[in-house]
Amino acid sequence: MSILINGGRIIDQTGERVADVRVDQGLIIEVAPGLTPDPDEVVLEARDCVISPGFVDLHTHLREPGHEEAETIESGSRAAALGGYTAVIAMPNTNPAQDSVAVVEFVRAQGRAAGLCEVIPSGCITIGRAGAQLAPFAELAAVGVRIFTDDGTGVQDPLLMRRALEYAGDLDIVLAQHCEVARLTEGAVMHEGECCSHLGLPGWPAVAEEIMVSRDIDLVRLTGTPMHFLHLSTARSVGLVRAAKAEGLPITAEVTPHHLSLSDEMLMGFDPTFKVNPPLRTRADIDALKAGLADGTIDALATDHAPHTQASKELPLDQAPPGMLGLQTALGVALTHLDLPLAEILAVLSWKPAAIAGIADRHGRPVQVGEPANLTVIDPHQVWRVVPGSLASRSRNTPYAGMDLTGRVRHTLFNGVPVVIEGVPQK
Amino acid sequence: MTGPDQTGNDQTGSSAASHCRSIVELGPQRVRHLLELTDHMAEVNRRPNPKVPALRSRTVCNIFFEDSTRTRLSFEMAARRLSADTMTFSVGQSSLNKGESLRDTIETLAAMGVDAFVVRHRSSGVPWAISRWTDAAVVNAGDGWHAHPTQALLDCHTLMSELSGSSPRRADLAGIKIAIVGDIKHSRVARSGIAAFEMLGAEVIAVAPRTLIPPHFSTPVTQDLDTILPEIDALYLLRMQSERMSGALVPDLSEYTMRFGLTPERVQRMNDNVVVMHPGPMNRGVEITVDPAELPRSVITKQVTTGIAVRMAVLFELLGSGAAQAAPETSTEVGFESQMEEL
Repeated sequence: MSILINGGRIIDQTGERVADVRVDQGLIIEVAPGLTPDPDEVVLEARDCVISPGFVDLHTHLREPGHEEAETIESGSRAAALGGYTAVIAMPNTNPAQDSVAVVEFVRAQGRAAGLCEVIPSGCITIGRAGAQLAPFAELAAVGVRIFTDDGTGVQDPLLMRRALEYAGDLDIVLAQHCEVARLTEGAVMHEGECCSHLGLPGWPAVAEEIMVSRDIDLVRLTGTPMHFLHLSTARSVGLVRAAKAEGLPITAEVTPHHLSLSDEMLMGFDPTFKVNPPLRTRADIDALKAGLADGTIDALATDHAPHTQASKELPLDQAPPGMLGLQTALGVALTHLDLPLAEILAVLSWKPAAIAGIADRHGRPVQVGEPANLTVIDPHQVWRVVPGSLASRSRNTPYAGMDLTGRVRHTLFNGVPVVIEGVPQK
Repeated sequence: MTGPDQTGNDQTGSSAASHCRSIVELGPQRVRHLLELTDHMAEVNRRPNPKVPALRSRTVCNIFFEDSTRTRLSFEMAARRLSADTMTFSVGQSSLNKGESLRDTIETLAAMGVDAFVVRHRSSGVPWAISRWTDAAVVNAGDGWHAHPTQALLDCHTLMSELSGSSPRRADLAGIKIAIVGDIKHSRVARSGIAAFEMLGAEVIAVAPRTLIPPHFSTPVTQDLDTILPEIDALYLLRMQSERMSGALVPDLSEYTMRFGLTPERVQRMNDNVVVMHPGPMNRGVEITVDPAELPRSVITKQVTTGIAVRMAVLFELLGSGAAQAAPETSTEVGFESQMEEL
């Protein structure tokens, strides 16, 4: 049974045009204006809406295996589909960590069983993310792992990081760094600045990120192996990456919606919902990150979707775990807070991250006949209020609770299957 | 979209005005009002029978998640002098050790009919979390490195009274220069004290090595205690904790004393009129190597005495009848005087 997306405007990497899209058996079979619905066809209304290649999240914590009380691969996949994502990269800080073929295959299989989006496991750089011994890159690459990271922590040892880059050189994989010099952030709760000084909280200084960004740029220059920087949060980090790219180094970078929209002042009420790692920074940092996204220094908008149970987020601020939900609010935050053309916002949500993740053969494809039907239909003008209890995640830790966002996902098609219709998950 | 907020961030509707959580949040008007109320409470405390009916049938629950003998006893005594019922809950005896969450503990205690929680916790911000979960008033008795508003109020009141001598207590600290010396970075006493002193017009200078100054600190800082000694009106010494040595913050205690301690040599350099203050407990031989009793103008024990009056003022402001709405002189509701009648 075919599906007709009716009355929308397509925006993809080839440009913009008004056309209907017909999908059958997982593929786009017709793209043309004024298509007539077949009698037994599912029609997805897209008037005043935009049809985009499906979104790709480079940075999703799905918590399974190990922390299913906070999120499961199924609940996280549902949140992803509702957020317009057709593929998510599952971060490896599960328990056990994603450092073996068995765990990686488990994550992929759970994603397949949920059937709401493609769940693509990342792999660890080091065994157990302990920073001591390299994970089996080639074994994991052979089962489709492309992004390797110890996210949650950075690889502290510069020698080990050098070896990781050298060893990865011939494997067509990308090492992704969580940039944080751990000794400089011991006990840190929030950005080290005026607010933390007033609130009497231990600070997370910007240099703790920048030192590692700087070190890794030097190691990329030395080894030639590509590297991706996760969740950049400071103005100086953006400057370092800009200069490295100008030099022609194979570096990519991402920023989260929350680092583009919320500042450290949000912590003034001591609400652990706003505790995240790296921490919310200053308005000046936000401006620099926006500029970095606008000029292409930053390649992707990645959610760092990090569910935590209500009980853990009700601990005192210094004990509560860092992290916030992001999958269902990313588009709305981007459209509400970024002063960029819609095509550029879709680029950093879809085809640019798809290229970094090495999945550009099936996600973030142009909306053309013969392409896999991984598509998102968005209403860029719909205003909606974020209600934590209505989100699909098992957790409630959204920093946007009660806020109004502009721009919402209306339909999502994953491999030609409408997994979200009119904002409602179909499974 | 509508619907109830289900985050657990649900506000109980209580506003900052129904709590005493930090000097900044109190603001200048309430700070001055509380200092005036303290004058009245000090008068009550001078009576042969220092007990009034003001908070009869009100329940004050002291929850101390961190050891504190003096502050806890001071709050208990304050509540009792106002005829409130008191409960004291120390973490050692609590079910928090059995895995009960802070929120469940607070909600359980609140359900017993607590009107005010007096909270001490080693983590900054816990009083704010508690006020999200209960309608009761919350008094911050010290949270992490953040705030200790009743200490700041008693420090201000003690200093103002001392500087006024036998005249009525001065209304502000304009023209007064205060040096606050020691580990400011890790000190809630310093944060609240500086906020209150500056709010009342004092000129504050922080004296400490850069390692013990908060980052992006807005108060003037010096490392040269000797140079400023002749210029100051008050010297506020902070407690220097030996665990600071392990974090590469200070090389060792004797070096600290050499640079920042109140030594006999420094007493010589100091004006005789300088008021010396310390929040206690003192580390004799570290931040102070002289006997404070031999100083011309030490108010360290006076601070402790004033602490009771200040805490009475705070509890009365939050729980007393009509107390928060008007200054005592103008209050028409359930007469202030009748609440302050001798029992």
